[in-house]
Amino acid sequence: MAGTKESPISPGRAEGEAGRQEELLIAENLVKRFEGVTAVDGASFSVRRGEIFGFLGPNGAGKTTTINLLTGLARPTSGSMYLKGREYTAHPKRAQALMGIVPDESNLYDELDGFGNLTFCAALYGIEKAERQARAGELLEQFGLKQAGKRPFKAYSKGMKRKLTIAAGIIHRPKILFLDEPTTGIDVASARQIRSLIGELNRSGTTVFLTTHYIEEAERLCHRIAFIVGGRLVRIGSLEELMKEHQQETVLELAVDHAGDGLAEDLRRRFPGYAVHRGDERHLRLVSEGSIELLPLLEAVARAGREVSEARLIRPTLEEVFVRVTGIESALMRQEREGKKK
Amino acid sequence: MSSWNAFRAIVAKDMRTYYLKPPNISWGLIFPFAWMLMFYLRSRTPLDIRELLPGVVAMSILFGTTSMLAVTITFERRSRSFERLLLAPIELSLLMLAKTGGAILFGILNAFVPVVVAAFVVDLSGIVWPAVIGSIVLIAATSTFLGLFISVSVHEVFEAQTFSNFFRFPMLFLCGLFIPVSALPIFIRPLSFLLPLTYGVDILKGAINREGILPLWVSFPVLLLFATGLFLFSLRNIKRKWVL
Repeated sequence: MAGTKESPISPGRAEGEAGRQEELLIAENLVKRFEGVTAVDGASFSVRRGEIFGFLGPNGAGKTTTINLLTGLARPTSGSMYLKGREYTAHPKRAQALMGIVPDESNLYDELDGFGNLTFCAALYGIEKAERQARAGELLEQFGLKQAGKRPFKAYSKGMKRKLTIAAGIIHRPKILFLDEPTTGIDVASARQIRSLIGELNRSGTTVFLTTHYIEEAERLCHRIAFIVGGRLVRIGSLEELMKEHQQETVLELAVDHAGDGLAEDLRRRFPGYAVHRGDERHLRLVSEGSIELLPLLEAVARAGREVSEARLIRPTLEEVFVRVTGIESALMRQEREGKKK
Repeated sequence: MSSWNAFRAIVAKDMRTYYLKPPNISWGLIFPFAWMLMFYLRSRTPLDIRELLPGVVAMSILFGTTSMLAVTITFERRSRSFERLLLAPIELSLLMLAKTGGAILFGILNAFVPVVVAAFVVDLSGIVWPAVIGSIVLIAATSTFLGLFISVSVHEVFEAQTFSNFFRFPMLFLCGLFIPVSALPIFIRPLSFLLPLTYGVDILKGAINREGILPLWVSFPVLLLFATGLFLFSLRNIKRKWVL
């Protein structure tokens, strides 16, 4: 895998996909150049069946271009793509029936109402009239848009538009749903609802490919995350793996009734392998290059006549990992996010 | 079968949301009617109306299709709803036939407005209707595909309008609609025969007034060739420009 820590995908592995049911989508060394500019630079990754796979990166990192390549809206300069084990690089129409695509801007038809938009989108996937009407009604209900079903799309709020666009993306029950920045530019309540809907869709079996530049969104929703910067995938892994990789030491925080200097000193003496730092009057922080055994520690605190009310492992946040891996400051991501909202 | 569901839905949506809107219907009715009325008021005998009919029919189709399609596609591309169609599992050729189908139907309907109006004023007996209908369908297809060609060449809606007029207005004078090609200066005549509408108008003139200068076996294939050529050229450009 070019530039990433995930193991490489050989062509043979993709071709022999029959036995590897869990990999729904595979991208191999995808490259996209536009007039001398490399937008995607050798991206290789796989999306596993049933997971939410996140693409996290700043604006212009190549997230949307990657989605365009995967969905057939752009042609790769080189590289291959496989869906359910079948290569579709040269013939994306074969794969499009199995994909649901929700772009970063709601792109339904202003003149049609909510119901009309959904039935039209269903017809594009060849669904018969009775079935598309039933499905449209079902989705309007599920997305809380039943009352607005007969209103024209142009009269919807941004949040409602985004929800209907997601509903249109799953009208044909796709195997994989591509969501490009689904919560960008909408209010907090709608964003929360949409995240909850994405979670529900995934729990009901839809595999999701999500791009975002909201670190907390990726952290909250995704099973695995790829960091993309300047068109290159710099790291792929589960949240656990990404955190673990950057957690060089174990940090444990204890909340005690009174964390005087005496207790900290006592613990340093008893546990020379741990560095013990006093936070405030109620908190001690223990740092170890290896693991920290909790039971002896609690016993030592009890022997010192103190009571532990909480013990918490302090882990690096995804934001810290992202900053360490990519070198991009989270402040810049936030700035871009605010800029995009405006 | 499933692709035909999509085809029907696209044509029906475009007819409903673009072509059969009150402003377009009134344009489709008023525009040919106004031209008919204008020439009727100027003409001395009922025979003149029949002479003008091929030109008015051709003009109604040209104005009803070319810019309408160019504008609707450019508009959908700007709003990105066209991406939705490109991402649907429908072959590009069928998709573009569906997108142009609504405009072709609208052009055909437009063409019959002056015919119906003329039927109340002059005797339309002796017209070779199969040739008229065939010509109307092919003029509608060619003009629509010209609109498709324009939409692939522009980015903004206003450009689509401007570019449409760049083609349409010269065609009014060069294709024999109101000035016979034989009456044009000799150095301009080759230009007339490079424009598809010349052949459509010639079929209509032959079928309505026995005034065609080219045999049907030349005009029909040439018109068909223009329609196919414009469609295939536009498809090639769509693949090149819109699927990056």
